[in-house]
Amino acid sequence: MNPFRQLLQSSLGKKYLMALTGVVLAGFVLGHMAGNVQIFLPPEYINTYGHKLQSLPGVALWGIRGFLLLCLAVHVWLAFVLTIENRLARPLRYEAEDTVEATISSRAMPYTGLILLFFIIFHILHYTVRSVYDYSNLPYDLHGEVVHDIYAMMYLGFTHWWVSIFYIIAMSLLCMHLAHGVSSMFQTMGVRNDKWRPFLNKAALAYGWIVYLGFISIPIAVLLTEYGGLPILDKEHIEATQTLAKTLTLIHP
Amino acid sequence: MKLKLKIWRQKSVEMEGSLVDYQLADVSPDSSFLEMLDLLNEQMISEGEEPVAFDHDCREGICGTCSLTINGIPHGPQKATTTCQLHMRHFRDGETIVIEPFRARPFPVISDLIVDRAAFDGIVQIGGFITARTGSAPDGNAIPISKGVADKSMDAAACIGCGACVAACKNASAMLFVGAKVAHLNLLPQGAAEKDRRVLSMVSQMDRAGFGNCTNFGECSAVCPKEIPLDVIAKMNRDYATASLKNIFSQVG
Ligand code: HEM
Ligand code: FES
Repeated sequence: MNPFRQLLQSSLGKKYLMALTGVVLAGFVLGHMAGNVQIFLPPEYINTYGHKLQSLPGVALWGIRGFLLLCLAVHVWLAFVLTIENRLARPLRYEAEDTVEATISSRAMPYTGLILLFFIIFHILHYTVRSVYDYSNLPYDLHGEVVHDIYAMMYLGFTHWWVSIFYIIAMSLLCMHLAHGVSSMFQTMGVRNDKWRPFLNKAALAYGWIVYLGFISIPIAVLLTEYGGLPILDKEHIEATQTLAKTLTLIHP
Repeated sequence: MKLKLKIWRQKSVEMEGSLVDYQLADVSPDSSFLEMLDLLNEQMISEGEEPVAFDHDCREGICGTCSLTINGIPHGPQKATTTCQLHMRHFRDGETIVIEPFRARPFPVISDLIVDRAAFDGIVQIGGFITARTGSAPDGNAIPISKGVADKSMDAAACIGCGACVAACKNASAMLFVGAKVAHLNLLPQGAAEKDRRVLSMVSQMDRAGFGNCTNFGECSAVCPKEIPLDVIAKMNRDYATASLKNIFSQVG
């Protein structure tokens, strides 16, 4: 057989792809989280950041998006293939099954992954395609240039309590997925041993928690500001944006 | 001791099996698990019933013939112990014990608790050897091997091929077994010459046999009577990756 096909069709080849796409996705969520927590700074910061990303040359912007979506597609496709193969490898289950070592996070990988897939689809529709709610007219005056007010969009998005709850649940599943995955991928790529394993397991757990706490701090801050009356985020800015929206129409959303 | 046993009874590969209840009295806490089953079988034979079929040979914990999934754990609750070396003092008087065969598609049940583990033989036959000149035996210390390498290889060589790793794995994966066989020979200078060919063919054979894919639960190593470390799986993953790259871009050894 063609050696390249042999690799891709083998159990280990599929696992390598799972791990490599996992690295990309895990790196992306950390970067995404770090970008998002700029919401705790004055609106200018995250709006400048968002404007910079949006005004990347089309090839770069769509290249990055395409690459991430490709990684996700490969990851999900192989998740299905490998999980089905694993189920077929034990057609008759034990009547009394016990577990000695496996963590809940590791056992839940296919389920946390599947729910994350639904979350990702919703999330892209919500904040990227913006078809769940209309955020087309949120103008922000960035040194004389009218840009999209990401600060206001995020704030308004999370004022819908069901969006916030779904988001927080999905992030806790992401935390679990990372807690196993980030250490597991080292083993898959052959760069883990008994000396490093305890450390990598702890590092993966920390990674999961950092991403989790970073992400959920935002909906929590929005809910506390909007409904709890705590001045964590700049609520006046949201009102100002809505007033501005009445007089100004955003040129490029 | 008095025991309530729930034992998997299955006449042949084609027939369906089920758990059957048995009562057993006067079991000595000092008897081994297999001696307890011997007692049950003697009782059944004297009552004219068909005795329970189970695998055993050395009863010294070295041959890897005994199997059994006891209360959901292959080789029972005692760490680093084969079923033949497991003693009844680890169970409570009056306890219910569920005894099932090792379950995996590549391990079909031949009769009751006996499964066919020929799939493992197939993996060893395809790469678990070194191609050596036969004739006069080579001088024992002709090839120097450092202590660390010899120890690691020896740890892997401790595998008795019982199949508990497959039985314990939630994915019915054989990667601990194959990892042990690969690491055992690939680590040594005598085996290193064929390391690429060995890992490529053994992994292919493992996939063909229909075992599942490892997701790094760690159940295998936790139940392994010889405590084969997870390191051997990382080593196999590493060797397979390099062998595949050589296979694609250059020449395998
Ligand atoms: C942001 C999204 C995601 C991230 C950051 C992520 C990350 C990871 C990582 C790092 C691994 C470990 C790879 C390895 O063990 O070698 C992994 C494994 C896995 N992922 Fe994901 N993943 C994501 C989304 C998904 C989705 C959407 C699915 C399914 C629909 C999924 C299903 C799985 C499965 C089944 C495994 C294999 C379990 C294992 O080998 O332990 N993941 N993921
Ligand atoms: S019978 Fe030989 S290892 Fe148990």
